[in-house]
Amino acid sequence: MNQKSGDRTLSEIAETNPGAVSGEHESEHVHHKDVVGAKMGMWLFLLTELLLFTGLFLVYAVYRYYYTKDFQLAGYDTHILFGTVNTMILITSSLTMVLSIAAIQRGKKWLCVTFLSSTIGLALAFLVVKYVEWSTEIHAGIYPGSPTLLNKPDGVVLFYGLYYMMTGLHALHVIAGMSILVVMLIFVLRDKITQEDHTKLENAGLYWHLVDIIWIFLFPLFYLIN
Amino acid sequence: MSLSVWESEHQAETQHKEYHEEHVSYSLYILIWAALMALTAATAVIAGINLAALTLVVALLIALTKASLVVNYFMHVRFEDRIFKIFFAIAGFTIFVIFVLTFSDVYFRR
Repeated sequence: MNQKSGDRTLSEIAETNPGAVSGEHESEHVHHKDVVGAKMGMWLFLLTELLLFTGLFLVYAVYRYYYTKDFQLAGYDTHILFGTVNTMILITSSLTMVLSIAAIQRGKKWLCVTFLSSTIGLALAFLVVKYVEWSTEIHAGIYPGSPTLLNKPDGVVLFYGLYYMMTGLHALHVIAGMSILVVMLIFVLRDKITQEDHTKLENAGLYWHLVDIIWIFLFPLFYLIN
Repeated sequence: MSLSVWESEHQAETQHKEYHEEHVSYSLYILIWAALMALTAATAVIAGINLAALTLVVALLIALTKASLVVNYFMHVRFEDRIFKIFFAIAGFTIFVIFVLTFSDVYFRR
């Protein structure tokens, strides 16, 4: 790493890494590549996550095409208010996430801690709203395999199956993302993530934004049908 | 000036450059957030209006716009190397092909 070589003598650097003395561009390149490589790996992982959800979106699209009327009927009963509030919570959490990275890039540790904690708080708020929403539906007898639901047309059963599956898988991603952000918060507090080295925080941020993007598509498909 | 002094100055300079190149202002992020909130409000309001077949198309176009704002600004793809854009384009194209092939089957089956 480039910044670590700062307190070593030139001859030591020459011994371990001849390129650093003969041509500074090489050592600079090595440092640069490290950060880009880490991000690239993260992006490849995110794209596999995207494909995981694509499979479910595909199933949704095909069944919506087959059972258009039933999907409209079922979609009418989802709670648009819960959906809209949760969309706004996630979008705001994405903002506090990028602001926490912007703060650490400027060397403002406590501002970063504040924004990162807000992101975690908003993730928790999202899950609380989700819990209230699901509870309301389960109390109304709407859950996979419930007698109330099985008496309804096939398309409605499929809609709610997909609704629980897709928002449930998304909620698991929210929980995972939130746990990662808690670890990142600890890293920032212990100075493991700093102005000079904040790739971990950036990659955690990328994951968090992916969770946001998936919700951006789930929202119109499950809540905005009528 | 000795070589080591020159080297450390050079390092400080490249580090400075490297970390400041990525900087996007707080206000741009807040602007993007405001746009995302406005689009969310718009899509919720539009859902209440009966646009018949257009409802889904409009809702998906708004969702795509929101996603591209998040990807380009919050996820920095706009400011990244070209390779990241290529990654994204390949993934997007793959998903598009999967949908087109599936629907070319589904449509002609019924």
